[in-house]
Amino acid sequence: MMEVADSHAQPAGFIRRYVFSTDHKVIAKQYLLLSLTMALIGGFTSYLIRWQLAWPETDIPGWGPIGPDNYNAIITMHGTVMVFFVAMPLLLGAFGNYLIPLMIGANDMAFPRLNMMSFWTLFTASVVLTISMFVPGGPAAAGWTSYAPLSDNPIYTGVTWGQNLWILAVALEFGSFLMGGINFLTTTLNMRAPGMTFSRLPLLVWMETTAAVVFLLSVGPLIGGALMLLMDRTLGTSFFRADGGGDPLLWEHLFWFFGHPEVYVVALPGFGIMLEVMPVFARKPIFGYRPMIWSTIAAGLLSFVVWAHHMFVSGMDPRLATPFSVTTILISVPFAILVFAMIATVWRGAIVLSTPMLFALGGLATFIIGGVTGIFLGSASTDIFLHGTYFVVAHFHYTLFPVTFFGGFAGLYFWFPKMFGRMMNETLGKIHFFFTFVCFNFVFIPLFLAGLKGNPRRIYETSSYDFLKPVQHIHVIATIAAIGLLIGQLPFIVNFFYSMMRGEKAVANPWQANTLEWTTDSPPPHENFRTMPIVYRDPYEYSVPGAPSDWIPQNEPPEPIYPISAAAD
Amino acid sequence: MLNNLLPSNVSTFGADIDHVFWLIFWIVGIWFVAAEGVLLYAIIRHRKRAGAQASYLPGNTARQLAWVLIPALVVLCLDLGIDRAGASAWEREKGTPPAGDVLVRITAKQFNWNFTYPGPDGKFGTADDVTSENDLHVPVGKVVRIELQSEDVIHSFFVPEMRLKQDVVPGRTIRGWFEATKTGTYEIACSELCGFGHYSMHGNVIVQTPAEYAGWQRETWPTRTAANDAVKGTGTR
Amino acid sequence: MQVGYETALSPSGKLGVWWFIASEIMVFGCLIGLYVLFRVAHGGWNDQASHVNWRLGAINTLVLVTSSLTMILAFNAVRIERRQRAARFLLVTVLLGFTFLGIKSVEYTHELGEGFTPASGMFWSFYYIMTGLHGFHVLGGIILNLTLYITAVRGTLWSGNKSSRVEFAGLYWHFVDVVWIFLFPLLYLA
Repeated sequence: MMEVADSHAQPAGFIRRYVFSTDHKVIAKQYLLLSLTMALIGGFTSYLIRWQLAWPETDIPGWGPIGPDNYNAIITMHGTVMVFFVAMPLLLGAFGNYLIPLMIGANDMAFPRLNMMSFWTLFTASVVLTISMFVPGGPAAAGWTSYAPLSDNPIYTGVTWGQNLWILAVALEFGSFLMGGINFLTTTLNMRAPGMTFSRLPLLVWMETTAAVVFLLSVGPLIGGALMLLMDRTLGTSFFRADGGGDPLLWEHLFWFFGHPEVYVVALPGFGIMLEVMPVFARKPIFGYRPMIWSTIAAGLLSFVVWAHHMFVSGMDPRLATPFSVTTILISVPFAILVFAMIATVWRGAIVLSTPMLFALGGLATFIIGGVTGIFLGSASTDIFLHGTYFVVAHFHYTLFPVTFFGGFAGLYFWFPKMFGRMMNETLGKIHFFFTFVCFNFVFIPLFLAGLKGNPRRIYETSSYDFLKPVQHIHVIATIAAIGLLIGQLPFIVNFFYSMMRGEKAVANPWQANTLEWTTDSPPPHENFRTMPIVYRDPYEYSVPGAPSDWIPQNEPPEPIYPISAAAD
Repeated sequence: MLNNLLPSNVSTFGADIDHVFWLIFWIVGIWFVAAEGVLLYAIIRHRKRAGAQASYLPGNTARQLAWVLIPALVVLCLDLGIDRAGASAWEREKGTPPAGDVLVRITAKQFNWNFTYPGPDGKFGTADDVTSENDLHVPVGKVVRIELQSEDVIHSFFVPEMRLKQDVVPGRTIRGWFEATKTGTYEIACSELCGFGHYSMHGNVIVQTPAEYAGWQRETWPTRTAANDAVKGTGTR
Repeated sequence: MQVGYETALSPSGKLGVWWFIASEIMVFGCLIGLYVLFRVAHGGWNDQASHVNWRLGAINTLVLVTSSLTMILAFNAVRIERRQRAARFLLVTVLLGFTFLGIKSVEYTHELGEGFTPASGMFWSFYYIMTGLHGFHVLGGIILNLTLYITAVRGTLWSGNKSSRVEFAGLYWHFVDVVWIFLFPLLYLA
């Protein structure tokens, strides 16, 4: 039998084990804790935004009055926190780090110390961003997109230190995920257990790896851009200032060249989680494993040539609009394949509506809305009307929220037993799902309608415009639902912490799933596997006709074709 | 109810955009209903039942994959059709503006809109230019050519009821046009975050009958004189 | 150390460095590309560009290329187990790196003294951001190589397969050199 030679023994001492740990499982939980904490800030900012829009005359309970400049800072923090400090750390930092080594049969990442550094870099970034909320002039207020010249010169917003610290925090976040991405790629390429060929990799590993490649190759120009913005602000350069020879549109190109691939960096792992959960709770293989991989790679590649659909009316050469409309609409094809194949995966299954499955299916159902509304925005002509309105806001919440939160919760409920050795409470989980699903839709469907009326985004209140008077009641509905959505997270918070301490103890494989993480203890030992697994099978062999059970783990040896004598070892 | 989804449209090219909108609406609407319908059906019909096993459908044969790939191919064809329709609508609003009778320079700044007419001599930068704050007067049924400039940050000139939107970028003069089909007052909103006053950067497009417009011109435009022309050394139009 | 992997494509350290270099190519590639586009679109900037000291730039190019050579020699020495030689060449590489930064500082001091700050014009903005970011990467490489030199002298570099780190550091150092090979003609000779 192949023994796992001792790589790094479990260190002693609280600090080395739980704070400055190089164990990918600990680091993943650190990312998880960070992302959930930042989600509280992100959620709180959404409360402030929605209350202000619904009842602009009132002070916000638990906060006080906000003025239009505070409002712009709050929406900036909301977007920045949610994308860079919730979605990325949760979907890549937590799930990627925890599951890649376990799913490929490795005992840690390729570079454990780099992994540790990546988390503490992100931690530093979140401290910097938090500090930026308290400096004189307040935090950045130019949107998470930080367009120049608004972000380029303090005279336009009154924000001084806040914007500079924002740039620093985002740059540190980029550095953190560059380190993480290198780790993900090298680990997946080099540390798969014997028999774990690329075509036997669980889809989540494919998704995380593709996301890492996309991130690595798209972030470079914006790192340059962030440095240019900082130089404009502090050294008086004019990269983005027309009067000094620069170009404000340059910032938009640099930002979106990264910004668009970035949303796929977030979406693919979220999909990956749903794709792990669905076969288990439908007891069916993934439908079209190979086409799904090809679609994933195609989407990753195409994501690099669609960015200017954020800039159709920006003042860039109008002749660019049609080519970018074509590439943008083409990217709907791989996603259509993924969606149809996901539906086919559960079709004719034996579906169990456990909490993870509810979140996975709910994520798929809501993402479909996000996907189809993207068609309106990807076509330059209709985008003329819809750009910069609440239609866009609703569209991207219908893509990002499903993958981050529905996908994230599906993953948390699914892998909680593995991570913490205990089961979560199913009843609380279902209540959590119900509130989240219903309230989420009641927030954002109305916002589509507001956008269709021309409601611009990022506005402090609607009262300046007569044409928005009919829309004001929509904002009230959305706000009430948003408050419901936030309150509806309480069952999860209670469940998460209570179950960690008092939940029913979990067995190694409570879901009877095939992938390698389920072959080891819940939670796994420090070295993950006491003996290195050897992989013989594909990851989704459920309900194989003629098999003795409806699931076959990946490391189950093949049936012997001749009898083995009892004397063999 | 569907008629009320979009605001009324009072521009010529707005109709083209609305046409593409509804084309997309029906195409994606059908896909949406079909996809969610099949998903919902599967969730209800294919719940785990005692004695019934899930079907083993890995989708690795052409026959099985056809169920996914053929719909995807249909999506691709419809996508390209949408792009064809959209391209001509885009070209109409954003391509070379048609020859126009009215010329206006629109200056965006934190936080209002100024409209400058070239005056009787037809040239900007001369003494007979007329500037109006917040109100853009135009005659109905005539092509209005616009030049957009910003004094500070990026703004966006948005007239919902004309399906007209153009970002305004400092350091550039961006040209556009529109032709209104109905008289009335139509609001202008800024649709790019431009600072703390972004939410109140309000203006009006006042579309008037030819008579009303001529009347407004009589009241606000200076008469054409040689002195006005001579400021920039121009003697003739 | 885990044994018996499914085929490892390449030693992990090498793969890691290559992926890192790939992302860095995007950073520098973008800056260089933008510089070229801007310069062509805005009439050449020859008046501004004429003030850089091409002689010092050429010397620095020689310095950096030589340091890449000494890095290769260090790596070769590692491979043939000539440890003292390897350490010596690592040290020379470090010293050449410091020389590069020293000459760059002389240039900066002179240019700033003449009043050519990053805000003096678009050429200068690009000049400072590109050479500054590059210099920062040179500094990182120096620190890396210095660390390897110290571990070589102390002996800890020669245990296990840690000595392969010289190859990985070499890859990074060559990348830094290649970036300069682009910057020199574009900034100094154009």
